[in-house]
Amino acid sequence: MLDKALMNDRLIFDKKTQSFLAILTAVALLVSLLNTFVPEGHILHCSTFTVTLLGKYLCYALLAVSVDLVWGYLGILSLGHGAFFALGGYAMGMYLMRQIGDRGVYGDPLLPDFMVFLNWKELPWFWHGFDMFWFASLMVILVPGLLAFVFGWMAFRSRVTGVYLSIITQALTYALQQAFFRNEMGFGGNNGLTDFKEIMGFDLQSDATRLGLFLCTALALGLGYMACRYIVCSKLGRVAVAVRDAESRTRFIGYRVDKVKLWIFTFSAILAGIAGALYVPQVGIINPGEFNPINSIEIVIWVAVGGRATLYGAVVGAILINYAKSTFTGWLPDAWLFALGGIFVFVTLYLPKGVTGFLNRKQEQLA
Amino acid sequence: MSAMNFIEQIRQRDRVFDFIQPQASSRLDVSHGNILYLEDISVSFDGFKAINNLNLYIKEGELRCIIGPNGAGKTTMMDIITGKTRPDTGSAWFGSRINLLELDEPEIAEAGIGRKFQKPTVFENHLVVDNLELAMAGNKSVITSLFARLSAAQKERIDEVLETIGLKDNKYRLAGSLSHGQKQWLEIGMLLMQNPKLLLVDEPVAGMTHQEMDRTAELLKSLAGQHSVVVVEHDMDFVRSIANHVTVLHQGSVLAEGTMDQVQSNPKVVEVYLGE
Repeated sequence: MLDKALMNDRLIFDKKTQSFLAILTAVALLVSLLNTFVPEGHILHCSTFTVTLLGKYLCYALLAVSVDLVWGYLGILSLGHGAFFALGGYAMGMYLMRQIGDRGVYGDPLLPDFMVFLNWKELPWFWHGFDMFWFASLMVILVPGLLAFVFGWMAFRSRVTGVYLSIITQALTYALQQAFFRNEMGFGGNNGLTDFKEIMGFDLQSDATRLGLFLCTALALGLGYMACRYIVCSKLGRVAVAVRDAESRTRFIGYRVDKVKLWIFTFSAILAGIAGALYVPQVGIINPGEFNPINSIEIVIWVAVGGRATLYGAVVGAILINYAKSTFTGWLPDAWLFALGGIFVFVTLYLPKGVTGFLNRKQEQLA
Repeated sequence: MSAMNFIEQIRQRDRVFDFIQPQASSRLDVSHGNILYLEDISVSFDGFKAINNLNLYIKEGELRCIIGPNGAGKTTMMDIITGKTRPDTGSAWFGSRINLLELDEPEIAEAGIGRKFQKPTVFENHLVVDNLELAMAGNKSVITSLFARLSAAQKERIDEVLETIGLKDNKYRLAGSLSHGQKQWLEIGMLLMQNPKLLLVDEPVAGMTHQEMDRTAELLKSLAGQHSVVVVEHDMDFVRSIANHVTVLHQGSVLAEGTMDQVQSNPKVVEVYLGE
């Protein structure tokens, strides 16, 4: 009996995962139907604005899952995942900029508007190749992955852990923010990249493209979630939890803790990058503000509110907090950060396992 | 660092480059009868000499007990053997071919040295069976771990060890919910899964009842022979019940060595333990 209950936990498709996938599929289908077939003005119609808003939430959910993988299961409190998210976003943004072609304000066939404005004569070397979608997609994976790999290689090999590591990750994203603010960097400086026209030939303003992007995001979230679930259920996942709970003990039974951390951290950064790449075409802009250290801290709060080390908790937390943010900022914009802080304190004190942990316990009590 | 070494090597014209010399075999060589050589080891922390010119040899298959008052350097010695602490001077060899000072913790574990800590450290959020699975000898790289599946033989081995440490009925319990004594055994079980040549056991019976102590004594005695076992322990009755060879550490170096009776009648030992 006990045996069976515990074994269920190890299945990749356990009950929670099944419900997660079912809900995700249902939402994706329902939204598509309500958006396409229910006429505008009808009470059940799902506006394209809502579709994009939901798509944005799903990007955040994927980002939260990536943070939960390293924080919940590996014990690395990364306060810099916003950086990987933004880098993935910039890679996608560069592709979208190149797609504008000569339809920009200045009508230059090769140079994006901001470069013409800065009087640049030719395309910087790192902008080459971004006119091809496959190349940009590759960069979405490679750039955050490589940065995470190099950063992790140095940090984990030197056994930087705990709060020190968190501070360095904050510094990382802050440094990137400062760098991207500079016009000389060639990423549009303060204004970032915006005014996108189309993606792979599809008009970004059209309802169908919006819906398509939403569905891609749902698919990416589903696949990313399952990949994390596979890792967590494998022996590597158990090693990761062992590292989280007793790092030096894990080392003494012969695991290379630095490598375990390095690979999972890199994978997580790639997921964050993909989330960023899906985010940018939906919101239509990417600027250095995405590197803001506050953003990275907020992601951690999503995970804490939803419940650590569950994956689905991260999804719930990201959607809950962002929904609250959307409503709250419309109502009392200045008070949002106080509310967020309040929620975080409340959850830490009274719901140490997050909202999902609380619901699970209630369910067990009823059963 | 390695670049500096390389330049150093090139400047020495009278010797062969290290990288041309045949790699020392990583296989354990105990043909000289000893499995562990610690020679002239000293280490100090902020001026305090924790280990002072320590010389210690452990024979293959031996069960050795190490005793000594608090601060004698017992745990530091284990830290040095397992790579947690680097000595200031001296050499540490595992068999006659493996230089322990060149390896880090996972490499030392892989070479065949297992350690049980003073404070039982099991993975509390894992099941008992998972604790054993994680400790199991074998390839521990990231990619193998990602795709690892337990084979029938491995499952059998886990059950066998569970039987040995008496936790068969607790196979699917969370390790964190075990009693103190059971955690100690689980940790010994994890050592067994690692299948090391040399076991370092730090205070195995702390917090155990008398029956539990007796069982632990049996277990350790049964391990000696195929494995070499080094036990650090405070409990004299326990030491007497398992050891035929005892080393007394004091202020970081060996004070006396011999059978329990010899050691206990040694005037220096009596002085250290009973005071002037």
